[in-house]
Amino acid sequence: MNFAELKVLRPDLAFIADWVKPHAHVLDVGCGDGVMLDHLQTDKHCTGYGIEIADDKVLACAKRHVNVIQQDMENGLKMFADNSFDSVLCLSSLQMMKQVEALLRDIARVADEAIVSFPNFGYWQHRTALLMGKMPVSKALPYQWYDTPNLRCATIADFNDLAHEVGLEVIDCVALHNGQPIRWMANLRGSLAVFRLRKKGL
Amino acid sequence: MTTNSSLPDAIAAGSVGIVAPQTCHFAEPLPLQSGAQIADYTLMYETYGTLNADKSNAVLICHALNASHHVAGVYVDQPKSVGWWDNMVGPGKAVDTNKFFVIGINNLGSCFGSTGPMHANPATGKPYGADFPVVTVEDWVNAQARLADVLGIQQFAAVMGGSLGGMQALAWSVMFPERLRHCVVIASTPKLSAQNIAFNDVARQAILTDPDFHGGDFYAHGVVPRRGLRVARMIGHITYLSNDDMGEKFGRELRNGDYQFGFGIDFEIESYLRYQGDKFSDYFDANTYLLITKALDYFDPARKFDGDLSRALSNTQAQFLVVSFTTDWRFAPERSREIVQALVSNRRTVSYAEIDAPHGHDAFLLDDTRYLNLVASYFDRIGATV
Repeated sequence: MNFAELKVLRPDLAFIADWVKPHAHVLDVGCGDGVMLDHLQTDKHCTGYGIEIADDKVLACAKRHVNVIQQDMENGLKMFADNSFDSVLCLSSLQMMKQVEALLRDIARVADEAIVSFPNFGYWQHRTALLMGKMPVSKALPYQWYDTPNLRCATIADFNDLAHEVGLEVIDCVALHNGQPIRWMANLRGSLAVFRLRKKGL
Repeated sequence: MTTNSSLPDAIAAGSVGIVAPQTCHFAEPLPLQSGAQIADYTLMYETYGTLNADKSNAVLICHALNASHHVAGVYVDQPKSVGWWDNMVGPGKAVDTNKFFVIGINNLGSCFGSTGPMHANPATGKPYGADFPVVTVEDWVNAQARLADVLGIQQFAAVMGGSLGGMQALAWSVMFPERLRHCVVIASTPKLSAQNIAFNDVARQAILTDPDFHGGDFYAHGVVPRRGLRVARMIGHITYLSNDDMGEKFGRELRNGDYQFGFGIDFEIESYLRYQGDKFSDYFDANTYLLITKALDYFDPARKFDGDLSRALSNTQAQFLVVSFTTDWRFAPERSREIVQALVSNRRTVSYAEIDAPHGHDAFLLDDTRYLNLVASYFDRIGATV
């Protein structure tokens, strides 16, 4: 999948793809239908694997000729050796995890760099909904409180703290809205938080 | 279009149709891992589809314990003789014979046509019996490679197998890294566990202690160690099914509605296992069962590398698809994950699917849409390279 196609299909991923170095060995944790790896393989000559649990998404990856390993991310990344990847992606899936901290530590273990994205709970629509006394339902969080797969709600400020805690240094943090970076009052105006992280001490 | 009502249904449903086995004789002795050799031998095989001009579309399918070269299609006038992986291989199926030239080879030591213990030992003129040399997965792969040479196939598009067949596919990737582009390993393991070996040995003991076994020379006595074979098959069969599947199919259902207070058949599961055992003892050879279970026990490509599977797989060049089934306790998903982990550590191209199917080890032979669709998608990818 080339960049133009990805930009139409998933503008958020197109923005993030820019942060991945050409020829990088990449692990995409929660890779979904494999569209990101598909793009990184064809346009940036990256190698690597996606991890996904859902049968239909594993099949979609196979159809895209993306290497996928079917596994529950809650079980961590023990299949992968220390520092075995150039970069780990964990895009819009961290918020569905029970073991967020353990997974983040594992991500820091298997690669020097990581890119993590999640719906920003501090986005103004979400704040407004709470002020009105209701749980937010938006394009970024399109579920009712009783059927959401998202177990964790975090803001950009919250994640900063945890990243530091697990030994990751924040190199860059951008809030995206409809795939466009928001520079001014990001934690309020951006619906998707994107962190570029590096192992501390590198 | 008219249909011939005497043809089996399978032909209407995308079967390769009527097939016939072929044989290939090898006069050059085959050196075996044990140090012994087989002086000369015949391999039985079947092919489906057409080999393309540059011979790049060949797929080798390796068989498991009680199967053979008869992978797909039916034999003329034998409507029940449908191949053991007919649901996988055929026109429009996951391994599409419109695109691929598929080969099934019967392994040495088998009882389905390739040279085995029931055939005459050229040294004595009598059946080999217990003198048939112990063959390993690697020996089979060497024999298969010789047939590939005869067919002019330098490199397979894929080598594929389930269970023991998956071990052969894995061995191919290690022994002949440049001779396969893809390696498909289903419901398999990089080595047997102590529990796996234990089950195999109980089965072997059942055969070895049957008075009709005669030290393997039962052919000369005109008998078959049927009791041993039956028990061996019953034990094996238990390990092929999941507890849930067995519970669902049979539960504690009684054959005759009430307890019989004897040692005949009370429960349906007893009836089923005895039926399977009887059927098996009608067609399977006791020496073959011993040989094949030993080949299973001995398989351990990491053994030469101090148990390090990553090093064992470090010279592989193929791309891999590894598939396991969640309820398979014979070769559980964890065993497939060991293969995947070793491949990942070598940065090999590998995909791994864990199919949530209820049928235990046998699931690799059964129809499951998720499983067959996944294999079909993977073979589409292979097809793009032929």
